[in-house]
Amino acid sequence: MINFGYSIAPTRVVNLDNCDFDKLQQLERIVPSFKRCINCGACTATCSAQQFTHFNIRKIKSLFQEAQYEKLAKELDKCMLCGKCTLVCPRGLNLRPIIMNMRKILNTK
Amino acid sequence: MDNYFHPFVIPFVLGAIFLFGICIWKYVRWFKHFDRLQRAVIRKNIFSWKFIPAVWEVIREGLLHIRISRKNLILGYMHRSIAFGWALLIIVGFVESRLTPTIDGSHPFWMAIFYRFFFHSHGTFAGAHVLTAIMDFLLLYVLSGILLAVIKKCYSKALGMKKATKHVVFDRFAKASLWCIFPFRLLSESLTACIYHNGGFFTQFIGNLIPTEFALTFEMTSWTLYSFALGTFFVSLPFSRYMHIFTEMVLIFFREWGVREKHERTGYTMYELSACSRCGMCIDNCPLNKELGINNVQSVYFLRDLRYKKNKPEIADNCLMCARCASDCPVNIDLMAIRQQERNKRNFDTEGNYHYLDNVQPFNAIGRIGYFGGCMSHLTPGITESMKTIFEVAGQRYWFMDEDRSICCGRPLLQQGYNQQAAELRRKLTELIKKSKVTMLVTSCPICYQTFKKDYKLNIPVIHHTEYLNMLIKSGLIKVRMDDLKTVYHDPCELGRGCGIYKEPRQVLQATTHLVKAKQEGEDSLCCGINLGDTLIDINQQKKIRDAAVENLMHRKPDLIATACPMCKKAFVHSTTLPVKDIAEIVRENLRS
Repeated sequence: MINFGYSIAPTRVVNLDNCDFDKLQQLERIVPSFKRCINCGACTATCSAQQFTHFNIRKIKSLFQEAQYEKLAKELDKCMLCGKCTLVCPRGLNLRPIIMNMRKILNTK
Repeated sequence: MDNYFHPFVIPFVLGAIFLFGICIWKYVRWFKHFDRLQRAVIRKNIFSWKFIPAVWEVIREGLLHIRISRKNLILGYMHRSIAFGWALLIIVGFVESRLTPTIDGSHPFWMAIFYRFFFHSHGTFAGAHVLTAIMDFLLLYVLSGILLAVIKKCYSKALGMKKATKHVVFDRFAKASLWCIFPFRLLSESLTACIYHNGGFFTQFIGNLIPTEFALTFEMTSWTLYSFALGTFFVSLPFSRYMHIFTEMVLIFFREWGVREKHERTGYTMYELSACSRCGMCIDNCPLNKELGINNVQSVYFLRDLRYKKNKPEIADNCLMCARCASDCPVNIDLMAIRQQERNKRNFDTEGNYHYLDNVQPFNAIGRIGYFGGCMSHLTPGITESMKTIFEVAGQRYWFMDEDRSICCGRPLLQQGYNQQAAELRRKLTELIKKSKVTMLVTSCPICYQTFKKDYKLNIPVIHHTEYLNMLIKSGLIKVRMDDLKTVYHDPCELGRGCGIYKEPRQVLQATTHLVKAKQEGEDSLCCGINLGDTLIDINQQKKIRDAAVENLMHRKPDLIATACPMCKKAFVHSTTLPVKDIAEIVRENLRS
């Protein structure tokens, strides 16, 4: 087959019925403000780590909500916890504890 | 009396032996847990002149309680009268018993404590009457302190404390026995004075009011109760908060010799935990208590829980790390370091994933000043822009290290206990700074400043931009004019209490504007609330703390709020209609060419 340099993207459908939301619920219990997020992406826009590499805290949040936990732990370790995101969040989410608790939950087997 | 022993002294003697036995056992056990460097520093300084300031501090703080007096005069008097009064009572009593000639020439140590019981007549030596009067006066002095303590127990506001510490049952028991000692002593001496007329001006006065039959019946009972009160207090002392009496003195010596808290808990921490008297000075000014009514996380409770091994991680977490309690602590315990040790223990300190920083290249900046804005300054571009202008006007060659992208200094990670990750960032930044060969590092963010100064080993001067501006103005490299605004300065926690920079920002402001005072400032300044220390309170709670801090600044109706921290600036902007400016911005506006 001729290689055109691109391919079909793998399916991104997530069947929420088969997902395990334990970790998400755990996080929402610890940091209730997590639910207030409107996915505006201000956090990602201001992120210090994002200026160096592909690190998207908004996407991590979405993946966490959809219970797609693979690779998230390693990805979250890119965060420098500087707290700029917390300061710019228009919904007043406490993002640092969200990240810290995500790390904790993902690292707990 | 020809025998200086009576069975009623047994509780006291046993109590005293138990007390010193347990104290020495505890101290030796804790000392074994000192780490190598701490021992080395003790070995180095143990036989040096540092002994003199240590003794002086023991007298000043262990007995006279000067630091408490500075904060609150009545409270200081209360502590002083009990500590200093009791110490003098023991010393003068000892002198008195030594001077008294005895039949067999022996002076058992309990003689000083129960002197009036064993010696029924005055005047066995010259000046005996004077000593008796002094002893009575000292007893009165101590009793006045006990009276104040009782008043404080019933109504703490009378002594200027909004909230007194909530003590555990055992502490209350120890306190009750302490409170019993001196009234029983007064009663016993008065009863004896009633029978034998050997009292001083006060005990004799009370003794004369007591009927002799009553005195004859109850004299022995009263002395026995006095001895029991002493014994009970001595036995409970090593396990209660009163352990601070001796531990504080030992701690002062260690501190003078140069021992400091380490990253992990050592034997020195055990000394510090026991040196806390639970006086509760840290409660009233804690922003979490004052503004939010959270009253179980303050340092007094935190240290108590640690000491009795009942600590919960959320207590260590729920703290702004503003260090206000540490500045209020009369024992000067390193409260922040102890809290940090607890935070270090519990978090998932995984390895970071910072390989993306590997391709950040150093810049050849030989002979230039390195300027590090810090992450937060990127949210307040006014600060970095002003600094750039000032560098140019002053004719200084500089390198703005993080102009377009900033690596975090690592302190936010450090504060939350991620030491490995913080160390990775530290390593990267150290390499960058060293390879770029800058002559000096100026930072705009007090958080970065503190960690650059304390945790990095850079071998070049690290200064905050307020210090730098002060240097520029003093050396005449930039000229500034006075404006006609009334400005109030907010001390950022990390810069003031964290690094002790109070003078320089004020000098800069005095050169450029009319500086007015805030209600509480300097070491007593308030936290802006929007900080990185606490991860448990939410934004609305943070806003309450922030509003209180703004309220504190409004005391003299200023036209402008000045601060030296991008985070404080960011916090205040949304809370007040007044302009909020960083010192760098104020200097830039007042530049005179």
